[in-house]
Amino acid sequence: MLKVKILVGLLALAGAVPIALVVVSKQTAAQAQEQKSVAPASTISKGEYLARAGDCIACHTAPEGKLFAGGRAMPTPFGTLYTSNITPDPETGIGRWTAEEFYGMMHTGRSRDGGLIYPAMPFASYTKVTREDSDAIYAYLKSVEPVKQLNRPHDLSFPYNNRSLILGWRTLFFSEGEYQPDPSKSAEWNRGAYLVEGLGHCGMCHTPINALGGNSQSDAFKGGLIPMQNWYAPSLTSNKEAGLGDWTIEDISDLLRTGVSKRGAVYGPMAEVTYNSLQYLSDEDTRAMAVYLKGIAQDAAPDVAQPSVPPSEGSLLMSLGKTVYDQRCDSCHGAQGEGAPPHYPPLAGNQSIQMQSAVNAIRMVLNGGYPPGTAGNPMPYGMPPFAGVLSDNEVAAVVTYIRTSWGNRGAAISASEANQLRSAQLN
Amino acid sequence: MSKQIPIAVAVWSLLTLIPAPSQANPPNSAPDTMEARVQACTICHGDEGKGTNDVYFPRLAGKPAGYLYNQLLAFRTGRRHYPPMNYLLEFLPEPYLKAMAEYFAEQHPPLPAIAPPEVSQGVLAHGQGLVTHGDAARSIPACASCHGASLTGMEPAIPGLLGLRPAYVSAQLGAWRYGTRTAKAPDCMQVVAGHLTEDDVKAVAAWLSSLPAPANASPAPKGTYTLPFDCGSQPN
Repeated sequence: MLKVKILVGLLALAGAVPIALVVVSKQTAAQAQEQKSVAPASTISKGEYLARAGDCIACHTAPEGKLFAGGRAMPTPFGTLYTSNITPDPETGIGRWTAEEFYGMMHTGRSRDGGLIYPAMPFASYTKVTREDSDAIYAYLKSVEPVKQLNRPHDLSFPYNNRSLILGWRTLFFSEGEYQPDPSKSAEWNRGAYLVEGLGHCGMCHTPINALGGNSQSDAFKGGLIPMQNWYAPSLTSNKEAGLGDWTIEDISDLLRTGVSKRGAVYGPMAEVTYNSLQYLSDEDTRAMAVYLKGIAQDAAPDVAQPSVPPSEGSLLMSLGKTVYDQRCDSCHGAQGEGAPPHYPPLAGNQSIQMQSAVNAIRMVLNGGYPPGTAGNPMPYGMPPFAGVLSDNEVAAVVTYIRTSWGNRGAAISASEANQLRSAQLN
Repeated sequence: MSKQIPIAVAVWSLLTLIPAPSQANPPNSAPDTMEARVQACTICHGDEGKGTNDVYFPRLAGKPAGYLYNQLLAFRTGRRHYPPMNYLLEFLPEPYLKAMAEYFAEQHPPLPAIAPPEVSQGVLAHGQGLVTHGDAARSIPACASCHGASLTGMEPAIPGLLGLRPAYVSAQLGAWRYGTRTAKAPDCMQVVAGHLTEDDVKAVAAWLSSLPAPANASPAPKGTYTLPFDCGSQPN
């Protein structure tokens, strides 16, 4: 903005003092050239907003690192990837990229030189982003402070270090193309779909990931265990899991944007998404996402989760579970699991603890957690970690108790399931 | 909020003749206190941060807020590596971490009872020497030269050393020595700990944990004394 003002000032001066014109026009020509590459402030701020929606910062900024300078380690089952520098530094960042090349990368998953990008970069989602939005993100990234920092080579094990394997992955799991609005749905639903399926790249976690590290289109948003992190990303389409069919739009929107709601709170990897991305979105956009998410949830008669322990053991767990619950949980979550929403989530009727996968409930008991601190909930309440004070039996018992009490339709879990998660990677 | 408070006050003043409801909080609402918010901390660090029987979870109560805030930031970014802490703090904003640090700094529960030392008098005497005088020949400054003559630290960021168990102090000095605990450059504790031997660490930890609580356990005000060398966490 400052440059624009100086330029206008110089032009005004040039008009009033013709003698100075030659000198000034030289300067303005040079500045005009520079000016050409600087997008209007409105485009840059739109790009910043969209970069938030795409959560670029979460991967492209390392802990204690410079903004967008990359270098963050991304552990995968195939080895460790290091994210790239996307600041406008010409040598080590994307300073020499054109808007066209940037769109090409977002849309096709190929780098500026045509090289194939590892699908840890969610280009299978970003391909849905419009050219106009891609250009705005490009303009924003060009406006941030350039950082000279070489990209660190990936550390992948054989055979995954062979980039040509990505071709096979792409054949199976990548279909290129911008989002096509569904004319039978409202503009709001379509905006929500565009954000959820595109920049939001929600499918990266909420669609099951197979042994080849891919998301199958036919399983979109059906939920799955996130590799390496050992959190279960629940299905967004099944009301038995995180399907939001019977949630109000307001509760969904609150959950996405503030991290807490009357129905539940976000922890773990989803806390990251709210913290770095969703809390910055407008009311209209989180509402649109809520409308879409509520729309894709399918009503189905809830199944009863299959217990992994015999019934006799289950009843022993229930009696120990109640003892533990009364001693440790009741004071916040209430005798009937009613909680004190939004800060103490209700457990009665809470889908996230009744799913077939009990991973999230066990982890919350072991490790506790804070929902993200957001503009809408700046001082969240923390669930205490009980790993140090409860035995595997007690953890299994209390998780069994909350999964099966007050009308909840989850199933009993075993002490060994609790034990396995003691060694889960925490962050 | 700003509008709601005067209205609430007005309503209260109208209701002064009517018996007040017995509960300050409506049913099913979390108490609006820091104490309630930091239950995730106090399960390991004890109520009010006074410490627990677990020797590796340090007392937080009464440490300078600046020190606690620096540690919370270091755990949030992973500079201080302890996964259960790194995980809990990862998505908490700085103003909230500051409020947590201030909460624990303001708590002053009594120091725990002193456990009888498990080391010989000779080891204790060696510890006392290092804590109070250092060892100039080996470039080891006295702990007291930075942490204060009463070892209660100095505002804003130098922690007190009392009320900690020997296992915790040893583990921290060991972590500084091996470079797994670091702080902002110039990282004075890493330099100091680098001059210590394992026997020194054991002796210092034993002596510190044998000391009774001083009459005033609060950290000294900022600038009470000058540090003998530069320290990134507490610029002179």
